[in-house]
Amino acid sequence: MPKTKKVKSTITENGETREVEIEVPDVEVSWGKREDRKNVGSRMTRVDGADKVTGRAKYTYDIDLPGMLWGRILRSPHAKARITAIDLEPAKRMPGVKAAMTLKEAGATVRFAGDEVAAIAAVSPEVAEDAVRAIRVTYEPLPFVVKEDAARAPDAPRVLGNDRPNVEPGRARSEGDVNKAFAEAAAVVEAEYRAQARLHACLETHGHVVARQEDGGIKVWASTQAVHGTADEFAAIAGIPKDKVEVVCQHMGGGFGAKFGPGAEGRAAYELAKLAGAPVKLMLQRREESEAAGNAPSAIMKVKIAGAKDGTITGIEASGYGTGGIGGAGVPFPYIYKTGSQKVTQETVRTNIGPSNSMRAPGHPQASFLMESAVDELAYKLGLDPLELRMKNDPSALRQAEYKIGAERIGWKQHWNPTPGKGQGAKVRGVGVASATWGGGGGGGTQVDVKISRDGGVWVGVGTQDLGTGVRTFIAAIVADEFGLPREAVRPEVGSSKLGNSGGSGGSTTTPSVAPGVKMAAIQAKFDFLQALAKATNEPPDKVELLPGGVVTNGTKQLSWKEACKRLPVAGVSSRGTWVPELQQSGVGGVQFAHAEVDMETGRVRVLKIVCVQDCGIPMNKLTLESQMNGGMIQGLGFALTEDRIVDAQTGRLVNWNLDEYKLPGPWEMPVFEPIVYEYPEAKGVSGVAEPVVIPTASAIANAVYNACGARVRSLPLIPKHVLEAMGRVPGRESA
Amino acid sequence: MKPFEYVRVKDARQAAQALGTERDQAKILAGGTDLLGEMKDYLVTPARLVNIKTIPNLDKIEHDDKKGLKLGALVTLSRLAEDKNVRERYTALAQAIDLSAMPQIRNAATIGGNLCQRPRCWYYRDEHTICLKKGGSKCYAVEGENQYHAILGGGPCYIVHPSDPAPALVALGARVVITDGTKTREVPLEQFFILPAQNVRRENILAQNEIITHVLVPAPAPGTRSVYLKEREKDSYDWALASAAVVVTPNAGSVGAARVVLGGVAPVPWRVAEAEKALVGQPLNPATLARAAEAALAGATPLEKNGYKVPLAQAVVRRALSLTMA
Repeated sequence: MPKTKKVKSTITENGETREVEIEVPDVEVSWGKREDRKNVGSRMTRVDGADKVTGRAKYTYDIDLPGMLWGRILRSPHAKARITAIDLEPAKRMPGVKAAMTLKEAGATVRFAGDEVAAIAAVSPEVAEDAVRAIRVTYEPLPFVVKEDAARAPDAPRVLGNDRPNVEPGRARSEGDVNKAFAEAAAVVEAEYRAQARLHACLETHGHVVARQEDGGIKVWASTQAVHGTADEFAAIAGIPKDKVEVVCQHMGGGFGAKFGPGAEGRAAYELAKLAGAPVKLMLQRREESEAAGNAPSAIMKVKIAGAKDGTITGIEASGYGTGGIGGAGVPFPYIYKTGSQKVTQETVRTNIGPSNSMRAPGHPQASFLMESAVDELAYKLGLDPLELRMKNDPSALRQAEYKIGAERIGWKQHWNPTPGKGQGAKVRGVGVASATWGGGGGGGTQVDVKISRDGGVWVGVGTQDLGTGVRTFIAAIVADEFGLPREAVRPEVGSSKLGNSGGSGGSTTTPSVAPGVKMAAIQAKFDFLQALAKATNEPPDKVELLPGGVVTNGTKQLSWKEACKRLPVAGVSSRGTWVPELQQSGVGGVQFAHAEVDMETGRVRVLKIVCVQDCGIPMNKLTLESQMNGGMIQGLGFALTEDRIVDAQTGRLVNWNLDEYKLPGPWEMPVFEPIVYEYPEAKGVSGVAEPVVIPTASAIANAVYNACGARVRSLPLIPKHVLEAMGRVPGRESA
Repeated sequence: MKPFEYVRVKDARQAAQALGTERDQAKILAGGTDLLGEMKDYLVTPARLVNIKTIPNLDKIEHDDKKGLKLGALVTLSRLAEDKNVRERYTALAQAIDLSAMPQIRNAATIGGNLCQRPRCWYYRDEHTICLKKGGSKCYAVEGENQYHAILGGGPCYIVHPSDPAPALVALGARVVITDGTKTREVPLEQFFILPAQNVRRENILAQNEIITHVLVPAPAPGTRSVYLKEREKDSYDWALASAAVVVTPNAGSVGAARVVLGGVAPVPWRVAEAEKALVGQPLNPATLARAAEAALAGATPLEKNGYKVPLAQAVVRRALSLTMA
């Protein structure tokens, strides 16, 4: 009997995660040496790339079932109102309408424009649209408030009800004596910074196709970041066991943190399907997506920061607030740097706007802008290089190394503008820097299955989902490396809750949750394969060996992979592996540098180049990793330059829900991106970095803008309005 | 969606008949790039769409060295911008189109439709906000989110005209040919557009049963240079924060004649006679540019959030003028 050993892991069953000891083959559990990994860590194109570019890839939007109905939701046009009556009859009478239901009853209060009121299923999207518009709802409009400043006033209309204040205390920290720090400081900077609210702007909106099955179960196609979590929720909604629910998400059109469960639209789709006795597809329209499916909260903060002559930060005092609509808000603060003493208070301000949702590093990009702006100002006031000041106060050894690489790549010395605001002509240039921090470790519980069939096929299945990071590709790579097979020989399957458990794709946890499980499954499968082959060929197990290239040596006999597999039992070999902590690690850094140009006359900012230096432990696929870094920089660029969710105070309505006015950066806004993967020999495990790579982009750009133009733009985005105001070029609005 | 009748017409007379006289009951369909969006957003609910793309010969670009340019109203923006003669002699028009919308829209949008497009004001574009322009009692921009609204010519409504080609065509002295199939009139484009103070529900003088058949652009005087410059928050598809179309005819080292028309800052393409006066007879030096730019915005009355448009538009005017010397 070959040796096994016990290792610690966690498993998840029925939604509960617990620690367990699992028995695994007694081999070294590690990613091994870089030079021994043929696929893992190389630059691999996506295994599903061709599917995506040819349109073969099926997104939830593409699902079309026989007899399928189209769902639509009627939403409140009012920011706050009491529903006095709902009459579904006019809609029900319309030809083609198969189900109609209320989502709120008469007497209920709607709390934001876009709040769900009723839903329809009909034979076509057009009929469904007409039908929701035929529903008669009478509202008694109530006073509302949508601006965070106004909502803080004592006499502001109560957003969540008369018994709940609009302002609730949030995260607070206090350490040391800040007053002493300010009294003894060589320089003190005090200013207010404002980071705007944003929309996730997923190109594929939220939505589901729900089909009830003959066995009493349901199958749901969902645009989701969590097939298992969504299946748990649908099971609860339907009141059936989870094994009767299958949630499928083969491909995702963007989630960014806003798609972790059925939501009101998923519940409505299920109820409509039940009511109509037919499958229902309910995908949100763009307006609904913008109004109701999530947003990233604003963050406004007064910051007072003190520094010693040598650049040591000695104290920080900050009081801030932000709004996530009827949802929460808050930022991690202070951020990144050692600050000596600190005193921080925060408030969550409720407003009559759709609820916030987690968005790619929740709170961090905002915190970064508030903190990095203040730190930057302090450096200038002390007459120090902002990069040096950061290095002096940054406790992370990883970032210390990354600063040096990034400074070199951006050309910090060459492009540093010693006289901000002065340059040849109207266009001036400068550089800026900012930093990131994140966990990046995985969550336990991932269970991965490997099946080897007699035709030589290797199938790997795990109930994770590909949020866009290229999960299938690294799964195939890990297993191929373990068996010494070409990557193409391995068929990965993800995106179904019928597959082994894995967590939601949030918190940059997917790769560090999935990859260790896949590695363990591959180790187990190889072990099981050799056992089975030994048995089938009547050889002692220690005489059976798998060599690179997929060739099996059996004593002196050589078998090709295919020939060897033919000798397996009819059922082939089935193995399961479970996540172990040794193959992942937590605690990533990351720094970004920006080179930007400011037009002193128009206030227009153009970014020339962004350098992102990011560690991630052991990288799985450098190509998709760089792509993820580019994506982070692009999303950060939007936060910096153009994106701003604007709600009108008079109507309580989102004015720029449409993508022509909610300004995502486009091709012409793209600077040169330089994603640099920082690898270091001490790394033993894999970390996820979807989030750190979006955090510092806007801050680095804002700091570059100051270095260029000499005006500190304290309100994002860096649009001409804010830049010209900060320059004092707009009469009556001397500072933004 | 309200069911509508779809009618193809063969000539202006048929168009006039199909359009009728009851305002907005029937709408002209050409490129459809604005109309279909308006219908999907429930801003208009016409009972009939009158497709005028079936009218023959309105898709021609005709050049005459003396008479100038005769553009059929159905010429698409992309075809117009690709025309070599237009690029060379009516440069501001080609530049304005290059900076309009995005290629997909320019491939479908017609020049006639571009001049007749409705404002992009986000209050106007919201079905549930009944503003002055939609028969309501209030312009929400006055006390609201007015960062993109008018700083000139506003009141009681503060839209800005969304067209880029329009300021260029006004600067080039274009005229539009309008007909109801019986009576045909030729109007300077400058007078085609109307301010909210004249009629808050409309942006131009087109009657319900009229269509634009042609846009006529006179041949520029020898030596004339024209430039269109647009500032926006992003270059990949965005509306103008401020733009300027300038046409300058030199005369012995100084400016002989000049036209300065602003876009993105007023409810109509905003021609500024004061800026033109500041130029004529002067050499195009930095001092002249500064005076002209100053004069162009002298009448600006910004709202709470759009004061930045004043220095921005001044910069655009200065730069557009200096580019005529390039």
